[in-house]
Amino acid sequence: MKSIVDFRVKEVSPCGDRAVLLRLSAPGAMPECVPGQFVQVRVDGSRDTFLRRPISIHWADTAAGELWLLVQLVGEGTRRLGQLRAGDSLNLVMPLGNGFSGLDALRAAAAAAGVSEPKPLLVGGGVGVAPLYYYGAWLKARGVEPTFLLGARSKGLLLQLEAFEAVGRVFVTTEDGSLGERGFVTQHSVLQRERFTGIHVCGPAPMMKAVASYAGAEGIACEVSLENMMACGLGACLCCVEKTVRGNVCVCKEGPVFNINELTWN
Amino acid sequence: MADLTTSIGALGLRNPVMTASGTFGYGIEYQDFIRLEDLGGIIVKGTTLRPREGNDYPRMAETPSGMLNCVGLQNKGVDYFCSEIYPKIRDIGTHMIVNVSGSSPEDYAECAARIDALERIPAIELNISCPNVRDGGMAFGVTCEGAASVVRAVRKAYRKTLIVKLSPNVTDIVAIARAVEDEGADAVSLINTLMGTAIDIERRCRKLSIGTGGLSGPCVKPVALRMVWQVAHAVGIPVVGLGGISSATDAIEFLMAGASAVEIGTANFLDPAVSVKVVRGIDAWLDAHGCASVRDIIGVAE
Ligand SMILES: Cc1cc2nc3c(=O)[nH]c(=O)nc-3n(C[C@H](O)[C@H](O)[C@H](O)COP(=O)(O)OP(=O)(O)OC[C@H]3O[C@@H](n4cnc5c(N)ncnc54)[C@H](O)[C@@H]3O)c2cc1C
Ligand SMILES: Cc1cc2nc3c(=O)[nH]c(=O)nc-3n(C[C@H](O)[C@H](O)[C@H](O)COP(=O)(O)O)c2cc1C
Ligand code: FES
Repeated sequence: MKSIVDFRVKEVSPCGDRAVLLRLSAPGAMPECVPGQFVQVRVDGSRDTFLRRPISIHWADTAAGELWLLVQLVGEGTRRLGQLRAGDSLNLVMPLGNGFSGLDALRAAAAAAGVSEPKPLLVGGGVGVAPLYYYGAWLKARGVEPTFLLGARSKGLLLQLEAFEAVGRVFVTTEDGSLGERGFVTQHSVLQRERFTGIHVCGPAPMMKAVASYAGAEGIACEVSLENMMACGLGACLCCVEKTVRGNVCVCKEGPVFNINELTWN
Repeated sequence: MADLTTSIGALGLRNPVMTASGTFGYGIEYQDFIRLEDLGGIIVKGTTLRPREGNDYPRMAETPSGMLNCVGLQNKGVDYFCSEIYPKIRDIGTHMIVNVSGSSPEDYAECAARIDALERIPAIELNISCPNVRDGGMAFGVTCEGAASVVRAVRKAYRKTLIVKLSPNVTDIVAIARAVEDEGADAVSLINTLMGTAIDIERRCRKLSIGTGGLSGPCVKPVALRMVWQVAHAVGIPVVGLGGISSATDAIEFLMAGASAVEIGTANFLDPAVSVKVVRGIDAWLDAHGCASVRDIIGVAE
């Protein structure tokens, strides 16, 4: 069930060149959530941060009442989030949207690919890595080994590498070659060496489109997490639509995760 | 606990707080946050005779203390509403009011007639003020003749409470209000959004897919309040006030300006529970000021 929760900020730590990791704790019960879902953050204090900001769940432990957000500082709202201090309170509407594929869907994709165990590849670009950490950790806790392929323009924009390495194998690309292989994620050599049963992507639109077309050509099941601009986050205002084979649908309610076969990208 | 009941013509409301069309979906989207039956009414998304895909993305731009939208009346059409949505919302314990839009007086009338047949929909709100579609919408709401032609056609086809939603994008809103009153509207609601635009200075282009959009939120409140005051003092039918309401204080201002009820729109996006907080806030204010009934404050502002 969706609710409005006042979280307490436990810690704000800088992350790479232009991002922060917010560790939040819920004062009381925290609603159940799944990887791929997001929250709508209330940013207080300025006429320019009027609407809530949608941010993916980077990690959550419902029982412990802990929630992490990974926030890239791109404008006034995210800058203010970066200025939060331990002890501040933060008002969230959560959980919103639908998550990445669950175990049944992963097993079905594996069976369709003719193998017995799912071998998912989680591809993230820039701050799009945020929901993949939660997803990877969730998969690992359920006996599925995730592989991460993370890309950014340069080393300083690669976020949370150590955390990802604790959860699964990590491959990296940077456009300037400052870490990992030089180039885009779709050019990484692991894609030539290994065959995955499903690809789960979050990042800038051009990157997601490139990965989706790779997956389409290879016949690998692929889902992407979209970041259309939002107002309500609840499926009420119809501002965040994406064109799909079913017509315009709300990313906040029907997504943010979509199978690429539903989208009209090609 | 003051008496919060009010009415829009023959339609009695539990309290004066309703939610505005296009900002509250079909109500269901908010049921995790509030008890929908605590509201005076819910105005559902704009409905048209035929399905509409709406405008392209991007449909939204944030502005100082407000937002622009150009959703463009995306909806699956009145038949889908009647067969698929109505059964899901008919038993929500408050007045479910359908916002009706169209591109010709005949369209509006046909759409209204189909909704007239739905037993549990006690009223419609006629949207002659949508700034985001080319073929109709606001085109009717900006002239007295246009507004009158739509209301005349709908009045013949629709027997229940007919609320007409006015556009603020006009020179003389009072004249339009009088024109729709003359054609038999039971009430007017105002304001719809104000036409505006926003520019992305890095990309050197307008931010919305169709260039312009409708402005809503706290930034429009003074304009809306002025218009409600003017119209309430000029017509004999009830006025429903909206535009930028996000607190009980805002709502009380509209009531004092002459509104018999109010609607809350954009503020629902900031706080999905704001509507019931406004109900409670009005109640508390009335108690604190020794007013027995909300009707005692309607139109009291000089
Ligand atoms: C479902 C979803 C999940 C998201 N998850 C995360 C996350 O985990 N971490 C994170 O840092 N960001 C995430 N975002 C993006 C984040 O919401 C925006 O970066 C943020 O709203 C910008 O707010 P601002 O006030 O700082 O910037 P603004 O001043 O509003 O805008 C600054 C710049 O950011 C762009 N921008 C604004 N909104 C968005 C948006 N929704 N998507 C992309 N660009 C935008 C603007 O066009 C502008 O160029 C997510 C977005 C969505 C829809
Ligand atoms: C996203 C969005 C969609 C809207 N859709 C409709 C609509 O379908 N029909 C209508 O009459 N008004 C529509 N409106 C206008 C609102 O109902 C209301 O008149 C306006 O937003 C002013 O009130 P507010 O400032 O409280 O939001 C819409 C407004 C928004 C923000
Ligand atoms: S943001 Fe309102 S419908 Fe998606």
